[in-house]
Amino acid sequence: MSTTLDQPLKAAMAARLLEMADDELILAHRDSEWTGHAPILEEDIAFANIAQDELGHALIWYDIRRSLAGDDPDRLVFFRGASEFRNMQMVELPKGDWAFSMVRQFLFDTWEALHIEALEQSRFTPVAEAASKIRKEEMYHLRHTRAWIRRLGLGTEESSRRMQAALDVLWPYHGQILIYPTDYQLLVDESLMPDLTPLSAHWIERIQAELSDANLRLPGSAAVSYTRDHHSPYFPALIEELQQVARIEAEARW
Amino acid sequence: MFRLSDKGVWEALEDIKDPEIPVLSIVELGVVRSVSVNDDQVLVEITPTFSACPAYHVMVSRVKAKLRELGAGQVEVRTILSPPWTTDWLSDVAREKLRQFGLAVPVRHGGELEKAIESGAAACPYCGSSNTRQTNSFGCTPCRAIAYCSDCRQPFEQLKPL
Repeated sequence: MSTTLDQPLKAAMAARLLEMADDELILAHRDSEWTGHAPILEEDIAFANIAQDELGHALIWYDIRRSLAGDDPDRLVFFRGASEFRNMQMVELPKGDWAFSMVRQFLFDTWEALHIEALEQSRFTPVAEAASKIRKEEMYHLRHTRAWIRRLGLGTEESSRRMQAALDVLWPYHGQILIYPTDYQLLVDESLMPDLTPLSAHWIERIQAELSDANLRLPGSAAVSYTRDHHSPYFPALIEELQQVARIEAEARW
Repeated sequence: MFRLSDKGVWEALEDIKDPEIPVLSIVELGVVRSVSVNDDQVLVEITPTFSACPAYHVMVSRVKAKLRELGAGQVEVRTILSPPWTTDWLSDVAREKLRQFGLAVPVRHGGELEKAIESGAAACPYCGSSNTRQTNSFGCTPCRAIAYCSDCRQPFEQLKPL
């Protein structure tokens, strides 16, 4: 185990942590758009909690990044241009209908459960420790979204149709999990980060099993192969809203 | 002149309550993990219950304010994540205070968290019955869930097992 890193591992780790933090942050933002609008009150509370948890996890990764690269999380979140964010497109797509948001959260939670378990084995102590903390909280998310996949997949003709439509749109974006910069391999070679190829195969197997229990199917459409600096046309508006208040008065303190 | 010992700092921290669970001090909650005093410098290590706990930053600023008020020159409050906080750390005294506050506490799971989550709701804080069910595994704060007692027919809140 190690608590410090030398270059070029340090730079590679900082870059990867930014990707992980941005995924959590942007998903949290999209999830939070349901606050006050969810189909039932209990779910409004539940999904707002999930959004808040993801925001907490984003902050953990930004904080570890700060210890390596020195940048302040608030500056990163509120004063970066949209093109500088490194989240996957899957998390930035508009929230859609309830089925769309549930399918997205389920895909992400299932990925995160496997990814976090692998991160617990990282030789970089701050990452391994954070992963042990996050894993416990994530158990609640996956349990919740899995229940929604079955509830809506096995619900009515309409709910099943909407779930399948959401999967058809979202699934091609899963390809971005396997698109990473060349220096990520340095981290894998040093057991600081997991090899994503077997992890992704395991993820797809799990998703397939869960979906077939819910009478849904994984679309066969081709996976996108965008790098993480490539964002959808919806992204600038999300960032504008996210940063609006902070940018009105950059020096404000509260 | 700052004259507190480690023990004195622990006692001072007993005065700081969790802003969202005002019947417990942050020491009883189990989030204060270590205290060390070196001349007038104090280092306190604390850990969040849930990562996104909104009360956490309030606790950190209250610890700083309290120790400065007692004369500490330099106060560092360091966040640590390992070992992660668990509901198992709540003492019997803390559990009883929470029950009287109307907040049920899950039985200790000894690390078997998945089983604890699946086992459903805690005993009712009002009548003690175990004839309870969880109605929402999320509640008004990240650490709480909502349950219902089928005996006294009372909805109640409980801490989520963690």
